Amino acid sequence: MSTTPIAALTHPPTATTTKLSVENVNMVFTRDGKSTPVLADINLTVHDGEFICLVGPSGCGKSTLLNTMAGFLSPTSGTIRIDNEPVTGPDARRIFVFQERGVFPWLTVQGNIGFGLFKLPRAERDERIAYYIKMVGLEGFEETYPNELSGGMKQRLEVARALAVNPDMLFLDEPFGALDSITRLIMRGELLRIWHAERKTIIFVTHDIDEAVQLADRVVVLNSRPASIQQIVTIDIPHPRDLSSPRYLELRDGILQQIGLAHRV
Amino acid sequence: MNSANSLAEPKKWERYFWPLLATALFLALWHFSVRWTGTRIFPSPLEVERGMAELIRKHVLWADIVDSLRRVAIGFGAAALLGIPIGLTLGWYPAADQVVNPTMQILRPISPIAWIPVAIIFFGVGDNAAIFLIFLGAYFPIVVACINGVSNVPSMYRRAGRNFGLTPAQLLTKVIFPAALPQIIIGLRIALGIAWLVVVAAEMIAVDSGLGYLIIDSRNSGKRYDLVVAAMLLIGVIGLLLDLAFRRLEKIKSVRWGFRNVS
Repeated sequence: MSTTPIAALTHPPTATTTKLSVENVNMVFTRDGKSTPVLADINLTVHDGEFICLVGPSGCGKSTLLNTMAGFLSPTSGTIRIDNEPVTGPDARRIFVFQERGVFPWLTVQGNIGFGLFKLPRAERDERIAYYIKMVGLEGFEETYPNELSGGMKQRLEVARALAVNPDMLFLDEPFGALDSITRLIMRGELLRIWHAERKTIIFVTHDIDEAVQLADRVVVLNSRPASIQQIVTIDIPHPRDLSSPRYLELRDGILQQIGLAHRV
Repeated sequence: MNSANSLAEPKKWERYFWPLLATALFLALWHFSVRWTGTRIFPSPLEVERGMAELIRKHVLWADIVDSLRRVAIGFGAAALLGIPIGLTLGWYPAADQVVNPTMQILRPISPIAWIPVAIIFFGVGDNAAIFLIFLGAYFPIVVACINGVSNVPSMYRRAGRNFGLTPAQLLTKVIFPAALPQIIIGLRIALGIAWLVVVAAEMIAVDSGLGYLIIDSRNSGKRYDLVVAAMLLIGVIGLLLDLAFRRLEKIKSVRWGFRNVS
């Protein structure tokens, strides 16, 4: 359970303020009198404005870890701190984007994006809605209901709904998992563009190692249940990343080997 | 070519032709059965039609329809007004649901007809007894639909609502209610159908107006079976119209997502 990066990849993170810290977090699920450890002694520090990807085999507990960070689950032991305060529940300053597409089907595109803005005066709310509709390219669909949108559009809508409340953190749980490969590539580009523009701290769960290496500042590799941190890999390639550069392939293959997968089909 | 399992859209004339043909066949079968058996009691379709015309001429029909609809509106309305908040609350607090559930499960299968003697003790013979029976028939399906509607709301909608900082009251009105609304509408539709069934039975016993009374009165005063069957058909047609009117609610855009087979 070493946290030293592979080979000589040590690039000390440049950001200095700590946004989120996970301290000795353990999680045990109890069901029918049987207890299953899901998270084992997780320690992680995330800097302000950092893009972190959590990768690991499916079912390893990465979603559980994300839900714990977001305050939807409380750890069996250990603490999670955001801005130095212990997390006790969900908060509108940090929005969770669901892998199963959590957009509200009874609201239009406008209604969904404005959902979290109920405290704002009307004019300001409308302005923000218009801004984010434009940002995610849903102009002309303001009055459309989610059922009439494609999968990619729904996912963009959910990201827009999250961004509209101007959170300082985003938790994304395999947000692009259900999209086709072309839409997924476009969405990654969009997310990076938004991240550059708005400088949120992003924790992104994926089982797709390519996705993680394309997006993250650091990739946190978890091993199978109970999840513990196997490796933290710093991705020292500037954006936009060349997906055929030797460095990209080296980092990706290193992670694949960590997980125990040969990169041959 | 136009086999039953054909995937092709039926042609426009076919969509009307076949149902009309089936209706015509049914009427013909009815007509000739009456003829061949030589019954003097059961009316033929033509006699029923004449009976219907007579009812309209005498102007009693309209008053009976209005009375029946009024009783249904009050009984069903009260059931919805009381049943929706109670059902939402029970769905929201599963602990409360567990407390009242056994009692409700025992009361639920009792036909409103069985309540007639009790209704008469409570309310006397009259409108209120009939309305009470309709209320009973409509209340349980509404409550059950609301409980199921709320407990079937996907947890991610609740979590998204909490994430955006909603208070519990806001969560109920902005997330839980709209998410459960399609199921609530289905429950209301079932309840309205039951209310329409119950009103006829209630009017046979407790009151002296309405379509149910028209049936029993036509039989008692001179065995006018043409009027009995005319009233029966009218009950069927009005019931169908009520259901069709209610189905229009399913097309409202903010609930349409919850219904299948609706484009």
